[in-house]
Order: sequence, then structure tokens, then C-alpha cells
Amino acid sequence: MMDLPLLVGQVFNGFSVASLFILATLGLALSFGLMRVINMAHGEMLMLGGYLAYLTFLLVPGPLAILIALPVAFLGAAALGAVLEVTVIHRLASRPLDTLLATWGVSLILQQAARSIFGAIGVSVTAPGWLNHTISIATGPLAGLTLPATRIFIMVVAVAVLLALGLFITKSRIGLLVRAVNQDRMMAAASGIDVRRVDLVVFSLGTGIAGLAGVVLALLGPVTPSVGQSYIVPAFLVVVLGGLGSMVGTTVAALILGMVSALSQIFLDVSTSQVLVLLFVIVFLQFRPQGVIAVRSRALED
Amino acid sequence: MPKYLSQLWIVALVLAVAAPWLISSYELSLLGRFLAMAILAIGLVLLWGEAGILSLGQGVFFGLGGYAIAMHMKLVSLPEGELPDFMMWSGLDALPWWWVPFANPVFALVAVVALPAIVGALFSWLVFRRRIVGTYFSLITQALALCFATLLVSKQDVTGGFNGLTDFKTLFGQDLASPGAPIALYFVTLGFVVLAFLGARWLIGSRYGILLRATRDGENRVRFLGYNTTPYKVVAFAIAAALAGLGGALFTLHAGVISPALVGVVPSIEMIVWVAVGGRYSLWGAVAGALIVNFAKDEISSALPEAWLYVLGAVFILVVTLLPRGIAGLVRDLAGRRALVATKPQEVQK
Repeated sequence: MMDLPLLVGQVFNGFSVASLFILATLGLALSFGLMRVINMAHGEMLMLGGYLAYLTFLLVPGPLAILIALPVAFLGAAALGAVLEVTVIHRLASRPLDTLLATWGVSLILQQAARSIFGAIGVSVTAPGWLNHTISIATGPLAGLTLPATRIFIMVVAVAVLLALGLFITKSRIGLLVRAVNQDRMMAAASGIDVRRVDLVVFSLGTGIAGLAGVVLALLGPVTPSVGQSYIVPAFLVVVLGGLGSMVGTTVAALILGMVSALSQIFLDVSTSQVLVLLFVIVFLQFRPQGVIAVRSRALED
Repeated sequence: MPKYLSQLWIVALVLAVAAPWLISSYELSLLGRFLAMAILAIGLVLLWGEAGILSLGQGVFFGLGGYAIAMHMKLVSLPEGELPDFMMWSGLDALPWWWVPFANPVFALVAVVALPAIVGALFSWLVFRRRIVGTYFSLITQALALCFATLLVSKQDVTGGFNGLTDFKTLFGQDLASPGAPIALYFVTLGFVVLAFLGARWLIGSRYGILLRATRDGENRVRFLGYNTTPYKVVAFAIAAALAGLGGALFTLHAGVISPALVGVVPSIEMIVWVAVGGRYSLWGAVAGALIVNFAKDEISSALPEAWLYVLGAVFILVVTLLPRGIAGLVRDLAGRRALVATKPQEVQK
């Protein structure tokens, strides 16, 4: 018989893994949809967010440091993202595979820089008191279930980011421009939209969100120079599964992969469940090669 | 290309054959190792340069070849009825079934090439048949490399875990520690490099090569001409995988070890760097790239361990942005410019 608290616990874990995927992937998916480029240094934006959180906790001790760390990490990662966009990505805009390789070079340099500055061993952030407890259920059918507050916090952050980004894209003027460029870059440029600026804004917004992901990551475990690496490959799979740059697709894909990963870990060890996630993606693509959400288009190639 | 450049291969081959008497035995072992990697690089020219398919998972096939030969050597060095040491430490009492056939030398030799080719063909067919191309494909291959490496590490009882497989004694009855072994191994590797080079050159010049390039430049147009492009791409992927497996097996023999650290995400991307630096459209460029990048890595990481990743990252960015055709493209441009000056204007127009 299935152990109910275990099952509910893993579903809860699935949601928290999915929340991390969402935060780590949204930026990738946004810029992939807009510019067709994948930023391999995206994982290092997570890393940067984590280290910025660590520094903020050093400078501003107190229970609310985490709330200061979030905007600091967002701005820091967004600024670095803007520099990266202007110097590397913009130059290679028409060669997606080469962008992938060049940004991998950036990621190596950023990792080594982190190693030189902070050391190869990770630094850790202590979650403030109000996040440092678990909700445990002692009675009823779910007895034995424990829900760590940090994981609930991650979900809250992910939902808040999704809502804010959704409002930004659908309601703001810049959001309107983003949707226009996303739909038809040439027409948008022809009707006077500064396509370059839109690219830059979206790219640094995306890296900023990765910075936020880095902060919540710091609550879960130590921040190491290679912390981004371990999250980025699953995040790429989320992009592949989600379909071209759609926010809804990315969110659904993150939820699916989070659940597949968490639920399979009831029966399998972590590494086998990783293989299962990859197999799942390949099998899923057999039925829907265009991903969860397909963008309707009459174009033959895009 | 001017004549003196096209004859340079003779010099290169003479130097390569004379190498055992020209350089120290340590340098020779490095050269042999890097030549094994060059076989993989030749496969990447076919796959990435000609077919335009960027695989970030070549380490998987390199590893399959390496592990195939390593498992064989591990098994033959055992006394009758015993298990490899790491299996005994993990408390296994019987050899896993999929280890058993590797005791046979012929099976192991065939598996070095066939195993990566079959896995590569199956994997790429599943992805290509649904017309998943470009960036998507590259990301999936990278996930494949991640899965392969983590599986190897975590299934320690049957794979040797993080330390991989090492401590080999003999190969096909030959003592690997004998003084002649490194030189023999070097010539075997050199022979395979030449074979792979000629084979790839023949393929690139054949009708198949034309179709690969056409698919790279306009896949849908090739479809409209009535070709199903999927099998062509699957074959290219399988050949590149087989060459990677061959390179991995020879590397394992030279290095005396194969481990997850040689086959994961980062080494897989490093393999792309070799070819990017040397020139993805040029066979000799890829061979030169594999040798140059690896010798540079050896020099820099022993002199300044910190600096290697900075150098690698910077080289990656510079080569991709400024020199997309790598060293080979640079040489061709320089030589071509001189040739242009030397020829008369009306000949240039042809």
C-alpha cells in the first residue's frame, strides 16, 4: 500500500523543485523565445545571486536580510546580464549555436572568478528564524509529514515572480513591445520599435530572475562556484519541454519535470531519477515535438 | 591553396612517424593520448562542421568506448572466479550479466565501436525523427552527458564509481608495462588517426557528404527535393559516436584509466573547444586543434592551475566570435591572400 504522508511529502517536494525550475528557467525561456539564443552562463547568474545573498547577510544581519538580498541579487544579476548581452550575445544574435558556445566560455570564467574570490568550498547562508522551522503534522492520516518553511518560501517567491512577470508582459507598455517583437521581429522593427532595447531589457530581466533563484537556492544549501551548473542542465530540459519561449509552457514544463523528478524518487535514487527525467523528455517529444505549448506560425523555419 | 601548404601533410606524417625517437617517453605518451582524442575530433568535423549538428554529449560515446575496453582488461587480469576489487568492496557476489560478455576480447573490441554507434543511432533517431534540431538537440545531448556521468558515479558497485576503472595489466596477452608497449600503442593510435582521417575525407567528398552539407544549410529545401534527411543525420551521429568510442578506448589504453571525470558535461564541451579552435570545417584543423588545446592545457594547468579555466573560457569566446572557422580558416585566409596577390586579376574572377 502507498504510504500517504510520503506521497504527499513528495508532491510537496515536487512543487518546490518545480518552483526552483521556474525561477531558474523563466529568464532562459524569455530570451530564447525572443532571440533564439540559449545563455549557458545562466547558471552562473544563479551562483551570483547566491553569493550576493551571502554578502548581504554579512552586511545586514537580522531577520529581514533575506528580503534585502532578493532585490540586491535581482539588480546584480540583471546588471551582469546586461553587460553580457551587449558584449557577447548581441554580436552573435544570428548564430544560436555559437552563442551557446561563447556563453559557455563566459560561464567558465565566472565560475573560476567565484573560485578565486570566495574559494572552492561553498559559503552558506543561515535562514532567518522565521524561515528556520518546519511545519509538522502529528495526527490524522498525514501524521509524520514535515514541510520545511524554506520550501514554502521558495514557492511563494516563484508564484510572486510569475504573477509580477505576467502582469508586466500583459499590462505594461514595455510588455506590449516585448510581445510585439516576440510575434514578428521584422514587423516590430519596421513599425519603429527599438528591437535592440527590447532584447536588452528582456535579457537582463531574465538574468535578474535567475539572481532571485540564487537567493532561494542559498537557503537550501551551500553556495559553491559550480552551484549553477548542477541546476542549469535540468533547466535546459525545462526549456526544451516548454516550447518556444512561452511563459505558460515553461511553467507547465517545470511543474511536470518537478513532479516526475520528485515522485520517481520515491522508488529510485537521485541519479536514476535524473535518467528517468531525460527519458521522459525524449518520450514526450515523440508525441509533442513542439513542446508543451506550440507557437502557431505559418513560417516554415524559425 | 598554394602548393607548399597542401604538401605540408607529408612533413606532418614524417614527424609523427619519427616522434618516438624525437621526443621523451612522457611527451610521447601525451601525444598518443591527444592523438586518440583527435580521432573523436575528426568525428566532430563530420557531425558539427559538415552536418551542422552540435553535440554536447560526445563524452558519453568516448566513455562507452573507454569503459568497454577497460571492462575487458579488468576482467582478464582477474584470477579465475574472482570479481573486480570495487565489486568485492561493495559486497557483490556475482558479476553483473552485462559485464560477462566483455571477458571475450573480440566482443570487447567490437563493442568499442559498435556500442557507441548503436546508442548514438538510437538516441539520435528518436530525436531527429521528430525534427528536433539546433539548440534543442544540443541541450538534450548535454542532458545525456549529465545523466551518463552521474549514473557512473552513483552506481559505484558496478562501474567503479568516481574513480572509474584503472590498474590494467595486460591487453590480449601483451604486457602493458613492457618497454615496447607505449611505442606500439602509439603507432596503433597513429594508424587509426590516419584511417579515420582518410575515411572522413572520403565521406565528405562523397555524395553523402554533399547531402550532409545541404541538410546543414537548408534542411527543408533538401526535404522538398525528395530526401528524407533523418537517416543521413542519424548515420552522421552514429559515425561520430563510433569514432568517439574508438578514441575513448585508445585514450584509456594510453592513460591507463577511464573515469566519470573524463566523460561528463564539462569534458564533452571541451571536446567541442578542440574542434572550434582547430576549425570545424577542416579535418586537419580538428586534429591540430585537439593536439594544440590539449598540450596547452597540460602546460598551463601545470604551471598556473588557476589560469586554465580563464584561458579556456577566453579562448572559447574569442574563437567563436572572431574566428568561427578556427585556425584552419585563419591559415586558409592568410595563404589565400598571398595567393591572390600572386595571381593575375582575371584568374581571380573565375
